[in-house]
Amino acid sequence: MAEKKPDYASLKKGGFMRQKQKGYFSLRLQVVGGNLTAENIRTVSEVADQYGKGYVHMTSRQGIEIPFIRFEDIEEVKEKLSEGGVKPGVCGPRVRTVTACQGSAVCPSGCIDTYALAKELDAHYFGRDLPHKFKFGVTGCQNNCLKAEENDLGIKGGMIVDYKEDVCIQCGVCVKACRENALATEDGKIVIDREKCNHCGRCVKSCPTDAWEGESGYIVSFGGLFGNKIYQGETLLPIIKDKETLFRVADAAIGYFEENARPGERFRLMLLRIGEEEFRKVITGAYYGRD
Amino acid sequence: MDEIKFDEQVDITDKVCPMTFVKAKVSIDELEDGEVLAIRMNDGEPVQNVPRSMKEEGHKILKLTDNEDGTYTLYVRKVEE
Ligand code: SF4
Ligand code: SF4
Ligand code: SF4
Repeated sequence: MAEKKPDYASLKKGGFMRQKQKGYFSLRLQVVGGNLTAENIRTVSEVADQYGKGYVHMTSRQGIEIPFIRFEDIEEVKEKLSEGGVKPGVCGPRVRTVTACQGSAVCPSGCIDTYALAKELDAHYFGRDLPHKFKFGVTGCQNNCLKAEENDLGIKGGMIVDYKEDVCIQCGVCVKACRENALATEDGKIVIDREKCNHCGRCVKSCPTDAWEGESGYIVSFGGLFGNKIYQGETLLPIIKDKETLFRVADAAIGYFEENARPGERFRLMLLRIGEEEFRKVITGAYYGRD
Repeated sequence: MDEIKFDEQVDITDKVCPMTFVKAKVSIDELEDGEVLAIRMNDGEPVQNVPRSMKEEGHKILKLTDNEDGTYTLYVRKVEE
């Protein structure tokens, strides 16, 4: 096999983190939505045994790193990994790993299919070069196992709920299941206080007669930061009902970041510098389908 | 309001999650198809989650009543798979 020279410039982009120990790299892998196949894991295990020190490190964002990869082995390792369907991740100023909880495919509480969405977001945005790193996280419901608001753009599954009086048997379950105290019994029927409803979907999930109908939606938060500085992502839009709108909003947010941030400036810090007003206009426009 | 007739009762106020659900499930598993179980549970987490778990197990919830002593009673009709 012809000797392959590692391309230094792409090393970091390609997920190779220089270690404190000279000549060694910790290889970050691309994991989408926190899922890996058994084959992926076998491959990772073999690489860690053969080229690393026989262990892996789990990152805080559902990633895996294989530490102690020698510089001269990098190309071989990449090849070996790709045979097992594993790709290196990315570091640096670009869109990072899209994280996700298990969502509605597995979790009874899930309002959206988080993994499917994470894969779509990954296909759209992963690795896109930007002024600074940009993180997406997808969580299936208000339980927020995936901590949506830590991300530059967080997506949380929700439900827009609707009551059908004719099938309600007045069992009272939903009134207690609602943790926002948005539901009450009045004159033999259930009334909802929309101001209090946070779209958690618990009424839908608990109603024995499906008198609560739920339409899945996306609650999006912007500008989360959880590093040297800590900011909670803010929900600046009403719940989004369809994926087209979601992607339009995400495109608008990323585009705004790309145009307005200084190199090395995170999304939130850009908003703090120039103010949120213009950004709100841009994403509100995208939400309503205006250019 | 009419009292709901039931065949068996179980008190899960002495249990905490996830044993609340386990105790309720064991009790309903012992019933015949169509029989009704009355489950007495604490306010808070059990009353938020046990009804839904029973629904997800495929049983039919009939009523949740407030006992006004910090406990609730859930009436569930057993539905055999
Ligand atoms: S956030 Fe909701 S859907 Fe996701 S794992 Fe947690 S409870 Fe399940
Ligand atoms: S969706 Fe959640 S907050 Fe809204 S009414 Fe139903 S249970 Fe309450
Ligand atoms: S849980 Fe369903 S059937 Fe029971 S009171 Fe609420 S809406 Fe009516």
